[in-house]
Amino acid sequence: MATPTLVRGARATQSTITLKIAMAVSGILFILFVLAHMYGNLKVFSGEEAFNSYAEHLRTIGAPIFPRTGVLWILRVGLIASLIVHVACAVTLARRAGRARPVQYQVKRNVNSAFSSRTMRWGGATILMFLIWHLLNFTIVKINPTGGETENPYRLLVDNFGVWWMTIIYLVAMAALALHLHHGTWSSLQTLGLTNSPLARQRAKLAGWVVAVVVAGGFSLVPLSVLVGITK
Amino acid sequence: MIGTMNLTLKIWRQPHAEAQGGMREYQVSGISEDMSFLEMLDILNEQLQEQGEEPVAFDHDCREGICGSCSLMINGQAHGPEVTTSCQLHMRSFKDGDTITIEPWRSEAFPVVKDLVVNRSAFDRIIQSGGYISANTGSAPEANSVPAPREKAMRAFNVATCIGCGACVAACPNGSASLFLGAKITHLGELPQGQPERYERIVDMVAQHDAEGFGGCTNIGECAAACPKGIPLDVISQLNKDLRTAIKAGR
Amino acid sequence: MAGSTLHDGLTPLNAAPTQTSDDAHGYYTLGEKIVDPVAPTGPIAQRWTTRKFENRLVNPANRRKLNIIIVGTGLAGAAAAATLGEGGYNVKSFCYQDSPRRAHSIAAQGGINAAKNYKEDGDSVFRLFYDTVKGGDYRSRESNVYRLAEVSTNIIDQCVAQGVPFARDYGGLLDNRSFGGVQVSRTFYARGQTGQQLLIGAYQAMERQVAAGTVTQYTRHEMLELIVKDGKARGIIARDLVTGEIETHLADAVVLASGGYGNVFYLSTNAMGSNVTAAWRAHRKGAYMANPCFTQIHPTCIPVSGEHQSKLTLMSESLRNDGRIWVPKRAEDCEKDPRDIPEEDRDYYLERIYPSFGNLVPRDIASRQAKNVCDEGRGVGPMVGDFRRGVYLDFSDAIKRLGEPAIREKYDNLFDMYQRITGENPYEVPMRIYPAVHYVMGGLWVDYHLQSNIPGLFVTGEANFSDHGANRLGASALMQGLADGYFVLPNTIREYLADGPFAPVSEDDGAVVEAREAVRSRVERFLSINGTRSPDSFHKELGHIMWEYCGMERTEPGLRKAIDMIRELKREFWNDLKVLGTADSLNQSLEKAGRVADFIELGELMCVDALNRRESCGGHFRGESQTEDGEALRHDDEFAYVAAWEWGGDEGQPVLHKEDLVYTAIEMKQRSYK
Ligand SMILES: Cc1cc2nc3c(=O)[nH]c(=O)nc-3n(C[C@H](O)[C@H](O)[C@H](O)COP(=O)(O)OP(=O)(O)OC[C@H]3O[C@@H](n4cnc5c(N)ncnc54)[C@H](O)[C@@H]3O)c2cc1C
Ligand code: HEM
Ligand code: HEM
Ligand code: SF4
Ligand code: F3S
Ligand code: FES
Repeated sequence: MATPTLVRGARATQSTITLKIAMAVSGILFILFVLAHMYGNLKVFSGEEAFNSYAEHLRTIGAPIFPRTGVLWILRVGLIASLIVHVACAVTLARRAGRARPVQYQVKRNVNSAFSSRTMRWGGATILMFLIWHLLNFTIVKINPTGGETENPYRLLVDNFGVWWMTIIYLVAMAALALHLHHGTWSSLQTLGLTNSPLARQRAKLAGWVVAVVVAGGFSLVPLSVLVGITK
Repeated sequence: MIGTMNLTLKIWRQPHAEAQGGMREYQVSGISEDMSFLEMLDILNEQLQEQGEEPVAFDHDCREGICGSCSLMINGQAHGPEVTTSCQLHMRSFKDGDTITIEPWRSEAFPVVKDLVVNRSAFDRIIQSGGYISANTGSAPEANSVPAPREKAMRAFNVATCIGCGACVAACPNGSASLFLGAKITHLGELPQGQPERYERIVDMVAQHDAEGFGGCTNIGECAAACPKGIPLDVISQLNKDLRTAIKAGR
Repeated sequence: MAGSTLHDGLTPLNAAPTQTSDDAHGYYTLGEKIVDPVAPTGPIAQRWTTRKFENRLVNPANRRKLNIIIVGTGLAGAAAAATLGEGGYNVKSFCYQDSPRRAHSIAAQGGINAAKNYKEDGDSVFRLFYDTVKGGDYRSRESNVYRLAEVSTNIIDQCVAQGVPFARDYGGLLDNRSFGGVQVSRTFYARGQTGQQLLIGAYQAMERQVAAGTVTQYTRHEMLELIVKDGKARGIIARDLVTGEIETHLADAVVLASGGYGNVFYLSTNAMGSNVTAAWRAHRKGAYMANPCFTQIHPTCIPVSGEHQSKLTLMSESLRNDGRIWVPKRAEDCEKDPRDIPEEDRDYYLERIYPSFGNLVPRDIASRQAKNVCDEGRGVGPMVGDFRRGVYLDFSDAIKRLGEPAIREKYDNLFDMYQRITGENPYEVPMRIYPAVHYVMGGLWVDYHLQSNIPGLFVTGEANFSDHGANRLGASALMQGLADGYFVLPNTIREYLADGPFAPVSEDDGAVVEAREAVRSRVERFLSINGTRSPDSFHKELGHIMWEYCGMERTEPGLRKAIDMIRELKREFWNDLKVLGTADSLNQSLEKAGRVADFIELGELMCVDALNRRESCGGHFRGESQTEDGEALRHDDEFAYVAAWEWGGDEGQPVLHKEDLVYTAIEMKQRSYK
């Protein structure tokens, strides 16, 4: 039951909007990360050497001021923190939304919302599962489904996508990511209060399309190119 | 007047707040397309009355689309298929033989009182928690001593047209009242008179919104599409922006 | 104002009236004359200032102990609740809707008058006063109207400070327009939603006091009885519409701000729930009902489309600023597409008959002329009964002159509403309009302090009779509601409350128990008649009688017939009513039954009042009293009085008390808008 009394001594930081702002900020960090990551992956097309040296470079950024993988770890810690925040807020908000409508409609039509906006929670969960698999796949355990080499990033990658079901897992994940970004990009701008006019809103929605297509499309090029045999 | 219609109505019936409710099916005939949706329900009610069944309770008062009383979920859409209030929806939006499902607003914060009537006093409490400008009677300066830039005054007006009907909540998949809240925040925030309490206001109103059990907004946008007054989504952006500023100000 | 002179406000300018006709003979008893016991004297411009000073103050420490009940949360009620709450009184506020914000004031469209003279077009407090008295056809009290005009300017200041988004010009300053029947621009507006914006302002101010703990709000509560103890109003009995519980609320003073009773006509522009119950219950407890027959019929409503119609929708009369009203010159053109009727075959009848005011003549004239042309067979739109009941309101010239965007900006919501209801696009085809009942000038009798003849019972807003005489100018009801609520009542009620707190009344007190029992037994009676007809069917029938015989034109035989029919209807109501459901839950039929029962009694009194007043004034047009060319003819020598009716008991006759109207600042003139 709703509380029929007035809240006293409210704090801005304790509001649902604050949770949303945290999601938006972490989400935007993710966007920056995936953009960079996607760009890095495209090095595959420059050949094995270029790609591997890029992978090595990642670990030596900031050297010699920082130890090897130092900066990478700073980034990792940032991403892990963001992930925790992002997921925790997502779970809190989802549960709150569930409680806000205890009795469902017999008939409910959604007329003005993008499919992506209504599937953020499913999409998020899909991405989370993908991410776990992906890290096992490429970083933590380094699983080469062909049983081949694991220490050569380029080979690991090409071998990986040589397996059809791996490619499918990745492509499905990219679809989920595209949806998540399509709504997430505009949504984060709205959450941050940057869409105060119809024009700004239109632009933010356009940005959602661009980011979704560029990121998911860019990522997908790699498995697709392996699949069709351009990259060996 | 072109032909008349026969319709099947599926209506949520619930004798009182604690009772179990359920859908009931009724037939009405001879409905003219010039009738409003509520006039069609009047006909059903006269018919029920004749059959000795209690009429269907629904909220309504002005029947002009301005008081915000009427609140019907019609075929899964708040206030039905047109962008207007239930009372200003006309039967020309339907056709002979249609089945129409009518439900109350569904929200934890709007408990059902009876049949299609819900309790929206949560909105009053949100206003109580800060949806005003503190100006005691008699304390006002000469009206033209503070000009309000026309652009801002226009925006304030456009969003001040909110009628507090709750369709935004009903339509939102999260059961959020952010559009209602944003409309008030923007109305008062755009005016020079609204500045002194601007950040206090938003913190208190959002806290009340949350305490009432409304969901958070994830920018889905169904609310604005259902809003009979066309309150645009940018009021939610404004809401978020003002809250962000309030955080910065340490409120 | 050519030819009129200002007077000192000290000497009477007219003699007291002596009524020679007695049309209502046999329907009423003549009672003693009354006077306003607190009427101010002295130069008119000083009366209110002096009175504010003279009225006693209430010690701030005492205010918390003083309980005030306010029934109604429209402009009059919400503004009063906010102000009295801010003052520190302990206020209980009641409304039948689920939120105070939904009171019927929300529906007002056009605007609110104030003598700010921002346009430097010759406006002044005195001119607003003069226009209002003249517009009311000299049937209102001078002092009250002057006060209204005087505080009008404070209202705008107050509303702007609360954040009411009035229309502004490019410099950011407030904009005005001219409105029905006046030649100055003094109407402040918020597009076509002025009432809404003003009410939201008052509502927010009131909610702020709810949060502060000075006002307690009781929504979905209906006042069903007034508690009178030792001659003083001491509380109300209200029914919680959700639980059905019958509650007793006691107080030191009761304020009725319960709005108008135009719904006695069934079809009107009022909200479905607008009712006379609060006022009528007080009337039955002894409060006088003044000028009940004074009804305003609004010229610009959307015409009726069929039998099912449950209410009429007003199109703001601000539309008359830019729209031109016409009908075809020849009846045979009436079926044609209006766009195919050439200019020379159109009759712009208002511009023709009233060249100086044209389409902006006062409401009663515009309404009656519309009825006349339709009765001549020149109406347009669908046939309803034997006639086409509609005239064109045409914007094509304005669109040509100002461009569609300008028209859109001014009226888009009205045009949209029109299109939604009729399915026609008014940017392309002229609108069709027809008159409908809109406002009642009559109401409970109050003195200069807005106190009824029952001490401790105050009445504000449309529920009282006080400021508009026989007709109300457009945009003046909002002004009156807010004037009463924000500025007048808070200053007059203290004179009464200075003697309080009054001796506490116990819930078991005889007067309280009797009131509670009366409500309980009435509710039971409605549920137990168990006849065959719904409350709504009785209401509809009453409405037909009222519109037919006590509507735009009233005649002696018609009114007599109506009284007989209403008496018969009343008998049938109490024998053949059927209300389903129970008393202990939300039961909208039960609510309706109570309202209809009171409307029936009111309807009869309205007809008696109309029958007695054998003159035409303002909104009251008696067929027997017109000039040769069909214009209203007033009889100041007989009827320059307020008719205050006392309840004569269920079996008895109403008692007429006359309050003579004496002017000291303005001379009475026959109205002419030619
Ligand atoms: C369509 C329309 C347009 C109008 N446009 C204009 C305009 O442009 N300018 C203008 O000046 N005037 C206009 N008017 C007139 C004006 O709106 C009203 O006269 C005015 O708003 C009345 O205000 P009020 O506060 O007296 O009563 P209302 O606003 O009618 O409020 C009545 C209150 O009393 C309560 N109530 C009634 N009975 C009971 C009961 N038994 N128990 C408990 N509560 C009860 C109701 O809940 C409500 O809160 C318009 C009127 C209409 C109908
Ligand atoms: C790891 C698992 C993830 C989960 C469980 C998850 C979940 C969610 C959920 C439920 C939302 C909904 C909030 C809303 O609808 O507004 C959301 C929003 C968002 N997500 Fe994710 N997400 C995840 C990963 C990502 C990734 C990888 C990115 C970016 C590449 C991302 C970017 C965003 C953005 C930008 C938003 C919008 C924030 C806002 O509305 O303000 N998320 N996420
Ligand atoms: C087709 C798409 C993708 C491919 C081919 C791909 C490939 C890779 C590869 C090869 C690595 C290992 C890099 C290294 O260790 O040097 C890696 C690491 C990583 N990827 Fe991806 N990736 C893809 C999509 C994604 C997506 C969508 C996300 C996020 C949602 C993601 C998040 C990560 C993370 C977090 C790491 C670990 C970085 C680290 O900390 O070392 N990847 N990816
Ligand atoms: S924002 Fe729109 S939908 Fe929501 S309460 Fe206001 S008018 Fe109704
Ligand atoms: S539909 Fe709901 S999620 Fe937000 S944008 Fe509207 S409140
Ligand atoms: S009944 Fe008033 S908005 Fe529908």
